[in-house]
Amino acid sequence: MGVLIGALLVGLAVTGLFVGVSDVTPGSVAAGGADGDAAFLLVASRIPRTVAAILVGASLGIAGLIMQMLVRNKFVEPGTTGVSEFATLGMLATMVFLPGLAVVGKMGVAAVFGLFGTWVFLRVIRVVPVRQLVLVPLVGIMLGGVVGAVTTFFAYRLDLLQSLGQWSQGSFATVMQGRYEFLWIAGLMVGVAWFAADRFSVIGLGEEFATNLGLDHRRVVAVGMVVVAVITAAVLVTAGMIPFLGLVVPNIISLLIGDNVRRAIPWVAGLGAVFVLACDLIARVVRFPYEIPLSVIVGIVGAALFLWLLLRRRSRAH
Amino acid sequence: MIALEKVTKRYGRQTVVDDVSITFGGEGVTALIGPNGAGKSTLFGLVGRLLQPDAGRISVDGMDVGSTPSSELAKVLAVLRQDNHIAARLTVHDLVEFGRFPHSRGRLTVHDRRHIEDAIGYLELGPYRDRFLDELSGGQRQRAFVAMVLAQDTRYVLLDEPLNNLDLRHMTEIMRLVRRTADELGKRVVIVLHDINFAASYADRIVAMRGGVVVADAPAREVMRPDVLAAVYDTPVDVREIDGRPVALYYG
Repeated sequence: MGVLIGALLVGLAVTGLFVGVSDVTPGSVAAGGADGDAAFLLVASRIPRTVAAILVGASLGIAGLIMQMLVRNKFVEPGTTGVSEFATLGMLATMVFLPGLAVVGKMGVAAVFGLFGTWVFLRVIRVVPVRQLVLVPLVGIMLGGVVGAVTTFFAYRLDLLQSLGQWSQGSFATVMQGRYEFLWIAGLMVGVAWFAADRFSVIGLGEEFATNLGLDHRRVVAVGMVVVAVITAAVLVTAGMIPFLGLVVPNIISLLIGDNVRRAIPWVAGLGAVFVLACDLIARVVRFPYEIPLSVIVGIVGAALFLWLLLRRRSRAH
Repeated sequence: MIALEKVTKRYGRQTVVDDVSITFGGEGVTALIGPNGAGKSTLFGLVGRLLQPDAGRISVDGMDVGSTPSSELAKVLAVLRQDNHIAARLTVHDLVEFGRFPHSRGRLTVHDRRHIEDAIGYLELGPYRDRFLDELSGGQRQRAFVAMVLAQDTRYVLLDEPLNNLDLRHMTEIMRLVRRTADELGKRVVIVLHDINFAASYADRIVAMRGGVVVADAPAREVMRPDVLAAVYDTPVDVREIDGRPVALYYG
């Protein structure tokens, strides 16, 4: 299976480099030389886009995995817990109050709002019976709905709806050299998650187990919250909202190899990257030479997979 | 030694553990018995630093539970609570491996791996080691939890009703194992039991709680008396001697 995901990753990444309106092929790059148009396009647009897709897919998968460990619920991810919506509200806040802020600043503010969102969500679900598997994400989606409504209201009143939409609609169409590098911060968070993998596994056993094993539960949860919030914000400012990925990818890996975080992380990251690369490729070729937003493709594929996971779970009498 | 000095825990206005002073650890197996709501689980929660006492002091081998780093306590004290529900899909091996966390901090040494293998072997979980916990029977899962606690390799092991939901055979297996870990590995096990006959057969010492206070604390044989048990459980209990062992009859 590792070979399969690896082969898909490389295959999709290489294919993606040579799919687009302009004719960029290995031949045209070689013919034009290092200063040719094809080579320029490759370096300025196609490679950044491919790298961005890989980073977004890998990090969103990890954000979902970590969140599921923190909450001990398989159906949570930044998009079903209000975290994405809080981060978007943060984006709106920067547009209103700090319009001149550099993108990295926007990302920082969005991350702080996302962090606050995680905190709010964790507070709210304390009163929800944890074993009510579907109730927890339902509460999160409602929370997200409320925050999203507030964001839309102010964006509408301040005539910022369109620019907010441009930010938050998931797409790699605007990804270029110089406009995607923040995603490496999300990549760094994947590294943090990998480093602390065993701690997140232990947290997934619950607070009592974690305490018995001498782990500072609150500190690990805090680190996890930061990982989730920073990934959410970094993806939001570069590629927009990408639903379902954080939910579907860790669940598929969980079915295949289980939830030991150290073992699962490379798989979740790899499958997440494959998922986004594939969806981005579909988004670029369906209406060629036009593009449709990535979030539409991800939504359709992700929702179908999510339904399958839900029904499968029920058939196993969970 | 686990020493409790004048420990009190309240939930709101209800006092669940009331000024309890007691030490554990002198004997191999100590059974903690008492009716529902006597404060047994709360006592475990306090010793295992899962709950904070409202008054009093708890120490393990001289280390104050309230102020000693949790990671240090995890090397000498392991607590298995009742009704463990794990949502994560983990294999038996994964779970037992996490028992080594206090020692390994996630980086397993040869020494850690040996403990993991020993614990799996001790609980006879070899055939199930790569099974996911949700694919096991209740008895197998309970054994996996006990194996995790054993892998933690602590001198003190606190087990809160480990016999819950187990059939006769598995109950006996767990109790035999508890006895063996005390006798062969030198561990000090404190175990909450509802079946007082198991307590009488396997424990060196029985501590009975009721209403948040310790009402009896003596070698097993001395607690297994009709008057003592009737007072603890507030119900008539007959005790007969069968093959030289006291057996409580409480079936009405």
